[in-house]
Amino acid sequence: MKLNRRHFLSATGAGVATLAMPSLGLGQAKPKVVVIGGGAGGATAARYIAKDSKGKIAVTLIEASKRYYTCFFSNLYLGGFRDYASIGHGYDTLAADHGVNVVHDWATGIDAGAKKIMLASGASVSYDRLVLSPGIDMKYDSVPGYSAEAQGRMPHAWKSGTQVQQLRSQVENMREGGTFVMVPPPNPFRCPPGPYERISMIAHILKQKNPSAKIIVVDPKPKFSKQALFQEGWEAHYPDMIEWLGPDIHGGIKNVNPDTMEIETDLETFKADAASVVPAQKAGSIAMAAGVTDGDWAPIVPASMQAKGDPNIYVLGDASIAAAMPKSGFSANSQAKVAANAIRGELTGSKVFPARFSNTCWSLIATDDGVKVGANYGAGSEKIEVVDKFISKTGEDEAVRKATYEESEGWYKGITTDMFG
Amino acid sequence: MEKVRARSTDQMRPLEKTGPRPIHKFLSFLVFLAGGIGLPAPMVLAEDAAGAHDLFKKCAVCHEIGTNARNKVGPHLNGLDGRTAGTVDRYKYSRAVKKAGGGGLRWNAETLTEYLRKPRAFLKGTRMSFAGMKDPDQLAELVAWLIGFSADGKAGSMANSDKTELLGASASALEGDPEYGEYIAGECVTCHQISGKEDGIPSITGWPKENFIHALVEYKNKLRANPVMQTVTSRLGDEEMAALAAYFATLKHK
Repeated sequence: MKLNRRHFLSATGAGVATLAMPSLGLGQAKPKVVVIGGGAGGATAARYIAKDSKGKIAVTLIEASKRYYTCFFSNLYLGGFRDYASIGHGYDTLAADHGVNVVHDWATGIDAGAKKIMLASGASVSYDRLVLSPGIDMKYDSVPGYSAEAQGRMPHAWKSGTQVQQLRSQVENMREGGTFVMVPPPNPFRCPPGPYERISMIAHILKQKNPSAKIIVVDPKPKFSKQALFQEGWEAHYPDMIEWLGPDIHGGIKNVNPDTMEIETDLETFKADAASVVPAQKAGSIAMAAGVTDGDWAPIVPASMQAKGDPNIYVLGDASIAAAMPKSGFSANSQAKVAANAIRGELTGSKVFPARFSNTCWSLIATDDGVKVGANYGAGSEKIEVVDKFISKTGEDEAVRKATYEESEGWYKGITTDMFG
Repeated sequence: MEKVRARSTDQMRPLEKTGPRPIHKFLSFLVFLAGGIGLPAPMVLAEDAAGAHDLFKKCAVCHEIGTNARNKVGPHLNGLDGRTAGTVDRYKYSRAVKKAGGGGLRWNAETLTEYLRKPRAFLKGTRMSFAGMKDPDQLAELVAWLIGFSADGKAGSMANSDKTELLGASASALEGDPEYGEYIAGECVTCHQISGKEDGIPSITGWPKENFIHALVEYKNKLRANPVMQTVTSRLGDEEMAALAAYFATLKHK
């Protein structure tokens, strides 16, 4: 991977490049790529490998859910800007138009030596290249008192699905003038502006239905993504409703108690009528099972998204250590295309172009008040590095903010089409 | 007319270093409202009241008018007065425009004024990426000028040779590699749908190569305001632009 393969291939010619193809002697079956996880990374990778290899690679996608609800834009559902069905997507087009073999099952284990995946159903699947895009798992005990069982009362709602619906109904059913407490996660975590967009969306709902309610944010971090933009927006749209407390103010989270709905800090104990507690996170467990993680996340080769230590496995999205890139659906989608290009090159000898990544995160603060932050990235020798970046400015014109929101809606349609076909 | 010719590419260059002047910021802002790439930023504005010809520079990167005008990103605009919407030969219209034409929409001073004031409100589903022209005087001036062109393009006051100069000549001169373009396009299609559909983000499929490159160069030089596009284009060289243009030109609206 240290060679620039584009130049290598163009210098040596396609004839030589085919020699690099592993274990593909005459008479053997098509090379097999298995993708685990059907989100922004996995669905995109499956679609691009299948589409661009034009039938030369057999692609299997393993995803437990038949219908996938995107985590991005679930905040807009919380704020009442979207209905829940509008963020759900199926896999029919991936199968019908691109020939992806979609298997609805759980991957429970990986034998990297034998290049084999064990499934919950008892079946196993073998691969030539494996793409892992499992998203995140929660480290429940990172917040004292929090647990998997506490999710019902204090949903993290950080993986879309039913918890997001639960959270919305809990917010809507708060007593008049009640308190909503949000505990955002420590770095690094999925969707850096997400907790603050969530706060904005919940404020938007409360402003209409329960205007004397309060929101208290007990943040383990001293600063957060798009902070100036969010805080300006909160003051403008929800004056006196939102109180954000950093660690130097609350002094540390000592305990959360889902039975009493109390959040205890050094400063004081907050009594919540509804709460969302988002704990620290780590790579989805199948990445751990594959042996490609170092600590909580999987280190990767920046030029290809290959796992460091196993060239047959690629890791995309939240589960990877993508350095400068945030853990976002956009990042995962971008990384998937780099990996798809590299995998096709390895298995079919197609041209491999230099890695290029990009990301933009849009957030909605209130009706027609959208902001964004983004960058593009290249592969350094050790890490993914920023090439150029931008962020919305405070004090922007209303028309700019409205256009930014409309652009985010266009992006949602674009990326989901790019993922699912 | 002569005093307001577009800047040449060379004259444009210092802007890369000094950043946009206030007037460009304002114009780029208009472009931003339009949602991005489909709307050309006017490259010059007379210090005094803008004439129709200047106003047309907003349109000129996508539309031609006058003798020998051809279909580009948008259809040619000769003989607009009385023309039924969606009927220019060999131009592939959006379903919305064809439907409107089928329903009896004819272009004249009145309908054009309504359309150009706020295109997407007047004709929902149009692919034209233009937010609209708010100033009623400017709008009236532009519409009167537009409908002055006969079907053969001769009656109007603009000769085809007078059309806007497009930026990015060095990229346009290259033959782009569509395979490389398809790969780089991975960055574009997270937002711009490959089918050519628009849902808040403009279509970029099926554009003539020169117009496509012109728009990229404008973003790169920060003559258009959208920071996402400025960032995306910041690392595109001539080879990348030519490759992208070559690839997107092969796609058809679905």
